[in-house]
Amino acid sequence: MNSSSSASPAAGPRGTQASPMARASARTLTEARIERSRTANPTDWRAIFGAIRLRHLLVLVFVIAYPFVATPFFTFQIGAQSLALGLIALSLTFLGGYGGMVSLAQMTVAGLAAYALAIFGSSSNLAISLGWPWWLALIVALALATLLAAGIGWLSVRTEGIYTIMITLAVGVAFFYLAQQNYTVFNGFQGFSKIAPPVLFGLDWHDPVPYYFLVLACSLAGYFFVKHLVRTPFGVALQGIRDNPRRMQALGFDVTAHRVAAYAVAGFLAAVGGVLMVWYNGRISPGTIGTGAMINILIIAVLGGMKHPIGAFVGAIVFTLLQNFAIDLVDRERFNLVIGGVFLAIVLFSPDGLLGLWQHLRNRLAGPFTHRGSGRIHR
Amino acid sequence: MSRGKRQFVRSIVAAAAVMAVAGFAQAQEVLKIGLLASLEGPFAAPGQDGMRGADLALKEKNGMAGGKKIEFVKVSSDATPDKAVNSTRKAVEQDKVQIMIGPLSGDEGIAVKNYAKTQPGVTFVNGSSGAQGATLGDPAPNFYRFNTEGAQWMVGLGEHALGKGYKKVYLIAEDYGFPYSQVQGFMASYCAKGGKVIDKAWVPLGTKDYASVIAKVPKDADALLVVLGGSDAVNFLTQYEQAGGDKPMIGGSITVDQTVLNFKGKRRESLLGTASAGPMADSIDTPEWKKFVADYKANFKDGFPSPSLFAYLYYINTKATLDALDAVKGDLSNNQKAYREALQKTDFKGPAGEVKIDANRNGVGTTYITEVAKAPDGSFYNKVVKTVPNITQTLGLPEADFKKMGLGTRDVPDCRT
Repeated sequence: MNSSSSASPAAGPRGTQASPMARASARTLTEARIERSRTANPTDWRAIFGAIRLRHLLVLVFVIAYPFVATPFFTFQIGAQSLALGLIALSLTFLGGYGGMVSLAQMTVAGLAAYALAIFGSSSNLAISLGWPWWLALIVALALATLLAAGIGWLSVRTEGIYTIMITLAVGVAFFYLAQQNYTVFNGFQGFSKIAPPVLFGLDWHDPVPYYFLVLACSLAGYFFVKHLVRTPFGVALQGIRDNPRRMQALGFDVTAHRVAAYAVAGFLAAVGGVLMVWYNGRISPGTIGTGAMINILIIAVLGGMKHPIGAFVGAIVFTLLQNFAIDLVDRERFNLVIGGVFLAIVLFSPDGLLGLWQHLRNRLAGPFTHRGSGRIHR
Repeated sequence: MSRGKRQFVRSIVAAAAVMAVAGFAQAQEVLKIGLLASLEGPFAAPGQDGMRGADLALKEKNGMAGGKKIEFVKVSSDATPDKAVNSTRKAVEQDKVQIMIGPLSGDEGIAVKNYAKTQPGVTFVNGSSGAQGATLGDPAPNFYRFNTEGAQWMVGLGEHALGKGYKKVYLIAEDYGFPYSQVQGFMASYCAKGGKVIDKAWVPLGTKDYASVIAKVPKDADALLVVLGGSDAVNFLTQYEQAGGDKPMIGGSITVDQTVLNFKGKRRESLLGTASAGPMADSIDTPEWKKFVADYKANFKDGFPSPSLFAYLYYINTKATLDALDAVKGDLSNNQKAYREALQKTDFKGPAGEVKIDANRNGVGTTYITEVAKAPDGSFYNKVVKTVPNITQTLGLPEADFKKMGLGTRDVPDCRT
């Protein structure tokens, strides 16, 4: 998923056998990065505004104007659902792209937040739901899900690569079966329904436009949060750990703590996405957090590209469009083939997902002036 | 020909073509009807057969209803309520269908019913969903279900079991909505007439190992009431045989269907005589049913040997939808007022008995009590032994009394002692 460590299985040994010069330069680079991020003044507004480019404004205008030109269907089912899924995928992009840890359990964390909201808040099942006020249930749901994510992280940080995937898959499947077979807390196969967002400021937040803006606000916050976080000392150290955990340990960083913290941060993002998802569907049952749904999140993240937080949202939009419209393109029984075919084509022709394709295109078109473009992707 | 002339001729031809197309379009006014079934996930094969049933109903009318050409906008779900609502929303809000048929499974039905409330201008007709809650207690005024549901399908089986001398039964069923309904339908009359359900073993959907359940079967039970479906049923029957179990069985509507009956093993012989009940049976001896089976076989070479439950249910729901369109000559104006009145008046003789609805827009129909029998060629089939017509959703009780009992759950109804 990232360029150096998990992409090549022999990264560990090869890293230690590298020439002393390369080793020295790598170290100074990491140290310099950390140094730079420590000395950078976070309130340097000139730098912040200087970084805004035309395309950022274009995207911002588009996402704000979108619900006013699109039909309610496109606002709600395509727009809002993409962003909510994108937020869950963003948690994986952060974890995988910057932390080098691919977790399949992000949907599980989102699902726990959704379940917690139903259990502590109000739902159709009066026997189980505690009926707490929505804000209290929301806080508890987010806290519990973050805690679960940290727990999953604590369990899996000592593993690498495929073993991380396996252990998080195991946690996810275990939670799925727990939810399906436990009737006293999770209400089994049927789960919970009638979980509605609160009516606040005279607005029903389940209506397409208010819900869209709610999701948009959360997504933008999540996006900028991740963008900011990866430039903080914590974020840079995390990327250092991704590239060479041994060296970072030698430099005095607590590798395990950083990784668990990364899981917790990603878990919080996924939990917000999970809450938005349960408000979107109005219900939660084990089917929503099954293996298929867990893998969908991975597909979205890989599809968009894991080298930049925007990839999660790009992937989610393409995924949602395909899910909704592939059935119109081909025969009713074969439409899943189109979905699979498109995924395969994207991953085959661009290992970095759609973002990689975009980068490739820019490099092609810009010719010799490419140094600026690729520099923006945090490797 | 000069250039100007050529252009003139071309534009004449083009104009003629445009007018021809426009005229054609006017003669063939198209009405889009949404059609939702599960084409993915665990119910992919039943979903496909459901679509066949709907296609057959349309084909019988040569693709026309109410003077308009009917076009199905087909959408799919994976049997999860989330996906069912997403797909329905796509058909209604994006493809702008005014009538929507579907979905396939129980919880999907309840989710679509709840969505129907937000779209009062669209009429929703059930596909094959059999959850009681879709029309009982908090119904949507624009959601119609012409088929009967899970509890209705079991009415009469209780008396039949008592008639066979089964005074005490032990229940083994999957732990979700559909079996709850089925068990309630069985117990309502069984318990009222003195039968006892000693204990209930609710197993999770997809259970592979039944050893602990089989070990708990009490010695004094006269029979087992088994409400499992598909691979769960096969797994249970095989393991019960291996454990040396010999109690007779009573099955739910999908426990001893064709897929299960033809499994191999000694126990298969002992299935002979197993009673079950459902809204249809493979061997109904009426001309309507025989015509339906013949039409199904003629139209779908890739279909099952005989139409499945899902094909039948989608068929009658689609037929009711199209018949009502004919009755109002395709008039959907005034928020579909006239159309809905026509739907309410639906009363036709379907392949397996009358199709009509009650005030809650839920089907009132016939249930077939069957027993497993051996055909001359050695294959097993469900032989109709009794038909029970006019079963209402309240299982023959007044609505107030039924509501007091409540919808079927793990503990409702209860008659252990």
